[in-house]
Amino acid sequence: MHEAGAAQAIVEMLSDLAREKGASRVSSVRVVAGETAAYMEESLAFYLGFFAKGGPVEGARLELEVIKPRMKCRTCGLEFERQRFSFSCPACGGDAAVTDLGTEFYIDSAEFEFGPEVAAAAPAAASPAPRSRI
Amino acid sequence: MHIEIKRAIYEKNDQLAAEINARLRARGVFTVNILGSPGAGKTSLVRQLAERLPGPLAVIEGDVSSDIDTQALRALGVDAWQIETGGDCHLNAPMIEAILGQMHVRDGSWLLIENIGNLICPAEFVVGEDLKLVVSSAAEGHDKPMKYPAIFGRSAACVLTKLDIAEAIGFDEAAFRKGIETVAPGLPIFPLNGRSGAGADSIASWLESARSAVRK
Repeated sequence: MHEAGAAQAIVEMLSDLAREKGASRVSSVRVVAGETAAYMEESLAFYLGFFAKGGPVEGARLELEVIKPRMKCRTCGLEFERQRFSFSCPACGGDAAVTDLGTEFYIDSAEFEFGPEVAAAAPAAASPAPRSRI
Repeated sequence: MHIEIKRAIYEKNDQLAAEINARLRARGVFTVNILGSPGAGKTSLVRQLAERLPGPLAVIEGDVSSDIDTQALRALGVDAWQIETGGDCHLNAPMIEAILGQMHVRDGSWLLIENIGNLICPAEFVVGEDLKLVVSSAAEGHDKPMKYPAIFGRSAACVLTKLDIAEAIGFDEAAFRKGIETVAPGLPIFPLNGRSGAGADSIASWLESARSAVRK
């Protein structure tokens, strides 16, 4: 929903880290997000490409790991990850309750590259092409 | 080189929110972040609470546009202040920090923050509150907890409004409660008639208990 602001924060954090570490470029970033936080990978990648232009994060590939809510069935006690479109138990169809909503939204890790030869080889076209004007 | 980072993407906002909360708490201020759809009855809840909560009270109203709610509350003698985001769909900690600089929140106050009417983004951003309260109206339909689990799952209580029109619009309260028990088990639900104030005493008492628990 608010991918633009999130992407901007990701680019800022990675750019600061690249500078601190003396890295020439960030080639990929792994982000972990709770499913209910409602971040769309395509949209996040689009805005990352937009905000990263001209800096060390330009061209970085986004890997988004989505954490589904954890649930427990009130009937058979099965613990499971929420299934698509449903909050019911996948085994017995009983009503279930959320035990962990999964509210995380953080940068897990990133690949940093060092040295001018790596920076020169950075594929500038790797960032997603904007499909609409912002 | 692979480097572990493990840092929250909104860490700057989270850090500022924690600072705001610590400063307010040190002055005995208890802060409630009120969430819900446009038209759910957030301002009516604020008005009813302003009549009931003991001691000084200040209100921050968040809207994309206008100061209608702030003017209405001020006309009732409530110390209300407006944030007009001009498009942003949620309040964040820097906005609260900025307006607190203009306000004169008295020691020991209640601080009610009415967030932007929206069931998605406001759930994601802490602004310095002690707790979140979600307002949901019968008019929105009984499926809201299942459709927007995060806002219910992150709130400490739910205020359910407009039940007086439930029959006319086919609102199924049992289905609403089942949705709450699925996505936010144990979440207290307080029915409120925002116009008459019926139900507001229970919400005020619950907030006073929550405030006492924080002080311990």
